[in-house]
Amino acid sequence: MLKIWSMKKEQQKAENAAGAESGGKKKKVTAAQLRVQKDLSELSLGSTMKTEFPDPDDILNFILYIEPDEGMYKGGKFSFTFNITPNFPHEPPKVQCREKIYHPNIDLEGKVCLNILREDWKPVLNLNAVIVGLQFLFLEPNASDPLNKEAAEDLRSNREGFKRNVRTAMSGGTVKGQTYERVVSQ
Amino acid sequence: MSSAALLRPGSDVKRWKYLDNVRTRPGAFIDPDEFDGQAVVDNMNQMKILVIGAGGLGCEILKNLALSGFKNISVIDMDTIDISNLNRQFLFRHADVGKFKAEVAAKFVEKRVKGVKITPYNCKIQDFDEDFYQQFQIVVCGLDSIEARRWINATLVGMVDDENPDSMKPLIDGGTEGFKGQARVILPTMGSCIECQLDMHAPRAAVPLCTLASIPRQPEHCIEWAHVIAWDKEKPFPQLDKDDPEHITWLYQKALERAREFNISGVTYSLTQGVVKNIIPAIAATNSVIAAACCNEALKIASSCAPFLGSPGEAEPNYMMYSGNDSIYTYTFKHEKKDDCPVCGSKAKTLKVNPRWTLQELIESFATLPEAQLKKPSVRAEGKTLYMQFPPGLEEQTRPNLGKTLEELGLTAGTEIAVTDPAFMGVTFNFNLSFA
Repeated sequence: MLKIWSMKKEQQKAENAAGAESGGKKKKVTAAQLRVQKDLSELSLGSTMKTEFPDPDDILNFILYIEPDEGMYKGGKFSFTFNITPNFPHEPPKVQCREKIYHPNIDLEGKVCLNILREDWKPVLNLNAVIVGLQFLFLEPNASDPLNKEAAEDLRSNREGFKRNVRTAMSGGTVKGQTYERVVSQ
Repeated sequence: MSSAALLRPGSDVKRWKYLDNVRTRPGAFIDPDEFDGQAVVDNMNQMKILVIGAGGLGCEILKNLALSGFKNISVIDMDTIDISNLNRQFLFRHADVGKFKAEVAAKFVEKRVKGVKITPYNCKIQDFDEDFYQQFQIVVCGLDSIEARRWINATLVGMVDDENPDSMKPLIDGGTEGFKGQARVILPTMGSCIECQLDMHAPRAAVPLCTLASIPRQPEHCIEWAHVIAWDKEKPFPQLDKDDPEHITWLYQKALERAREFNISGVTYSLTQGVVKNIIPAIAATNSVIAAACCNEALKIASSCAPFLGSPGEAEPNYMMYSGNDSIYTYTFKHEKKDDCPVCGSKAKTLKVNPRWTLQELIESFATLPEAQLKKPSVRAEGKTLYMQFPPGLEEQTRPNLGKTLEELGLTAGTEIAVTDPAFMGVTFNFNLSFA
């Protein structure tokens, strides 16, 4: 026991002794918050994405807006809630689409099928990886991992028809009996 | 001093004979000139050691520590005893079901090992502050949650005061999952910490959402479907309580329906419970191996009778992994401290500031700090986002703070602030405010 303490002293001497003093009661920033702060400052949003923090003091909860500038979903404005648990980055952030949209990998409740949000999440991944993944879903909807089976079948069997249905759904129309939310700006 | 002089009369002598041989005789790793066996025993007699968790690992750890000559033990656990614990948590009996684990475990060990005092705390570790943890010399964890580990780790790292060597508490962390386990020793700020090693924990295996939604193949897929998809859609109760039999029954019925639809067999109530609560069968033997390794480290640290895991040094190991999956395999290695670890990467430095400075002035002052020279810093304090340069939306939202003074922002002396800057990818600078 005593031995470690003397080793600690030696280690300190070896390092420089700058800023040794610390005063008063410390109020700690939690590890998850530190990591999110780091991730946020490394976020590259480009021109198609924007964040909104309902409460700027709570950086674990925010909304991400995506407006794809190419692909089948061009012109739509989509938003996702990000909920980051205190276990981040051990656990992935919880991400959900706020609009009801016609997409093979997003279901009508807004659940997103993106591998890195579930089975392929690793603590070395960051928020940037997640938003790149989300952006990619709008550029390349993936019919082989369907969450909305009808949309996936549609995309697989008739790409042009699927494109038309996406346009209809995005302007608030009805596709196969489901009415979707209008996500295109006037 | 001869070891015979230490053997007091009475039945105790026999019980502690071999332990005292280890503690009072100079071993091969000891400087014989400085060795004082009686001092080792005296030191251990008055040392306070904290055990976190009184479950599968905790029961073993408490028993081992008591039999290793620790006399003053405290134990924290918020849980009560469940009937399913009884097969391996051997300090509990059927009549104890429903009682607090810490309390029952403490009583049992006190009764069996005379002369040991065990103080139970039936609460969460987060209920205590640094002043509480300051009273112990060693902390041993037998936890099942990563969140609790990260909390105690950050707390112990934050407590280290360079002026006071006693403030550095060795943290011995045991963990098991089925046939696998690990024992590691953290010397806060001196070596790699739990946050540095976070990527050593494999996140729980998950099934792709689309498999659940479209092509379930296994009974587990049907249960997960009921859990993550059907529940959200139908919301039979406002909040899922995994310990409420009514809720589990609802999930079980849903999973059963889905399993029938896809011709899958094997969905049962207990499987539903297991999948939803992510239960990995606990193996009593793994717990005892890992607890033994942890308590060995505690004894070695307390008595200096042999080199321990975690001693600082070029190649000194601090992590022992154990696998009983395919016969028995252990590997001991050194996990490096991470320079960019958000918890121990940079110690909070004292920053002298004027409370009447605006946040803008504070931020500009970072540019001239000799050690950092931060050009585009983002600043947060506990529970408060002061100013973030990125992303643009948050910059806009926090910009009004720049004109406010530190006082107006509610920053007091001793507040810790975390500063990040894109020029220092991944490094967080921590400062402790001190008012000049």
